[in-house]
Amino acid sequence: MTDFLMPSLGADMEAGTLVQWKKKPGDQLTPGDIIAEVETQKGLIEIEIFEAGILESYLIEEGDKVPVGSPMARLRPEGSSKKTPETHPIQEKSQASKPLAAISEKTPSESSSSQKKTSEEIPRIKISPLARSIAEKNGIDLSSITGSGEGGAIIKADVEKAMVAKAGEPAGKETREAPSTAKTIPQESIRTAVAAAMSRSNREIPHYYLEKRIDMLAAMTWLQEVNRQRKISERLLPVVLFIKAVAKALESSPELNGIWDNGLQIQNQVNIGFVISLRAGGLLVPAIRDADLKSPEEIMAVLNELIPRARALKLRSSELSDSTITITSLGENGADKVFGVIYPPQVAIVGFGSIINEAVVHEGMLAIRPVVHVSLAGDHRATDGLSGSRFLEALNNNLQNPNAL
Amino acid sequence: MSELKKITYREALKAGIREALLNDDRVFLMGEDVGRYGGAFAVSKSLLEEFGEDRIMDVPLSESGFVGAGIGASLAGMKPIVEVMTVNFGLLPMDQIVNNAATLLHMSGGQLNVPVVIRMSCGIGKQLAAQHSHSWEPLFAHIPGLVVVSVGTHEDARGMLHTALEHPDPVIIFEYTSMLNLEAEIQIDAGHTDISRAKVRREGKDISIITYGIGVYKALEAAKRLSEQGIDAEVIDLRVLRPLDEDCFIKSVSKTHRALLVEEAWASVNISSEVSARIMENAFYELDAPVKRLGGSEVPIPYPLHLENASVPQVEDIENAVIKILRP
Repeated sequence: MTDFLMPSLGADMEAGTLVQWKKKPGDQLTPGDIIAEVETQKGLIEIEIFEAGILESYLIEEGDKVPVGSPMARLRPEGSSKKTPETHPIQEKSQASKPLAAISEKTPSESSSSQKKTSEEIPRIKISPLARSIAEKNGIDLSSITGSGEGGAIIKADVEKAMVAKAGEPAGKETREAPSTAKTIPQESIRTAVAAAMSRSNREIPHYYLEKRIDMLAAMTWLQEVNRQRKISERLLPVVLFIKAVAKALESSPELNGIWDNGLQIQNQVNIGFVISLRAGGLLVPAIRDADLKSPEEIMAVLNELIPRARALKLRSSELSDSTITITSLGENGADKVFGVIYPPQVAIVGFGSIINEAVVHEGMLAIRPVVHVSLAGDHRATDGLSGSRFLEALNNNLQNPNAL
Repeated sequence: MSELKKITYREALKAGIREALLNDDRVFLMGEDVGRYGGAFAVSKSLLEEFGEDRIMDVPLSESGFVGAGIGASLAGMKPIVEVMTVNFGLLPMDQIVNNAATLLHMSGGQLNVPVVIRMSCGIGKQLAAQHSHSWEPLFAHIPGLVVVSVGTHEDARGMLHTALEHPDPVIIFEYTSMLNLEAEIQIDAGHTDISRAKVRREGKDISIITYGIGVYKALEAAKRLSEQGIDAEVIDLRVLRPLDEDCFIKSVSKTHRALLVEEAWASVNISSEVSARIMENAFYELDAPVKRLGGSEVPIPYPLHLENASVPQVEDIENAVIKILRP
């Protein structure tokens, strides 16, 4: 005999109200059958059954609201004998623990004794302290995990498996709605997450690549001028201009600022994901929100606040899931060019190499000028090379007019 | 790399004593049968001939008396090595050890250190029956004011006495009778043992086997067998039972997230009990499985060999316990 429990339909779900039973006692159940309809904060949801057997009895009735994990019905699994003698001790037990009171909102007058048991005994999840803290930090729903430790306890390996599965899921609206509570991300899980996201990207996204060499003399001269009047702590870095110029260039190429979820969904907000490498390996991509509306000074302030926090692995989950496009910039003394791998479900990533002096043809003459090689990797399902090319041209124009940024 | 030398545990102990006698005139050895008889376990054989009666001193069969004398000598500026033949006689001088050696620094307002070193052989494995097979390290480790160390390897048999003699407070050294004839290779210039630190004897990532004394070689053997099954066990030799080197095992458990505590002393209220409590206090959120203990069976140690063996954890027991924790 097994109990069918109120399932968790999201990490934030605490209880559900049984609206309607879809199966009667005595009905044969096959996996995939809808057994009931349950109302949650997210609306009316049909509840599936995952094991075969016969519905023995209801443990709660329509209209009852019970916490996640409470038994809803008793099932006789396929192949087991008809009656079990366990009803008696349970009766005594439930009477003894009666003062605990049923959480059921319905009066228990006509309910059977085994029914009381159901709402009183919420199964406690057996989990190791380590596994629990990793799960909490990563927002993993424990009710969905099967434990492989002693006595079925959930251990670290089980949570990590769930994390990999979660990272592999299409990060659509659900992750976007994740509560923005402060979370610390454990180092080891970062590698796993990067691996999952990048593998998915290369598996699913047909990338196209474009590159443009952008003259940086105007931008660097402007920066020098501006920084001359500032304290060291307030000086702007070239990357701020990159971020701002990208944000502004997206105005004319909004199709690059979006997510792919069975089709391109252009996003209104321009949240630029900025790749931050961690000293211990791996990387995080927190979002600089509304970068198009921020001044270079404001972007610099965001970076100054964000980078140390990212390196200390103290980012909010929303900061990690909000980006609409990603910038990767190698900074000084890095490689000349970088071709990014798109961070799904986004549809583009812009790569800035180091700013280097190169011999260029300028006004019909050969000149040595600072340049940066900018690459764009685009999702060919969402956009074509022409969009990308337009975007890079707009980016170029923006960087030639730093005053306007 | 320095040269390796094959040596028995007994020879290593003797080399440690000999070096101490040679290094410092104030050092002398006193105990029952340590001189003419060469020591009950032949550890001090021929030292009487080499160093003479003033420094290798046979004493009357009165543990309370000669341990008290040793404490007195240490107060007077000497560096006595007092040998209590076995821990089985260790209850007789307990009053001297607990009420004098361990407390005089406090009672004298910090004026009187008691730098005595007391060696006791310990443990089972010689079919000596219940009254002569005690593992009483926990009794002594309970007493504040003492430093209690356990000689689990040849390296420490050779190197621990020197550091113990340098310590300003009373040090109890537990040696293991059953290991005396055991041979192992040690580095000739292995140096002296830091008796404030536990030692990671084998690095691993899957589980920390925390032990001391006879458990060290057993755990290492178990770890070796486990590695053939794909389990990478870390082995920690606690080495100093008071004060415990908590940092060492907390760090290890924080890395492996699992711990098996192994010792021969009776399981209730033993060293593992304390180690386990400290892991709970300091590394609870690092644990991925409950801490498990393997201790001595709580019976008077039986005489028959098979029962004697069954009364303390053996290599197979350690191996099985680890597998049970890792692959439930």
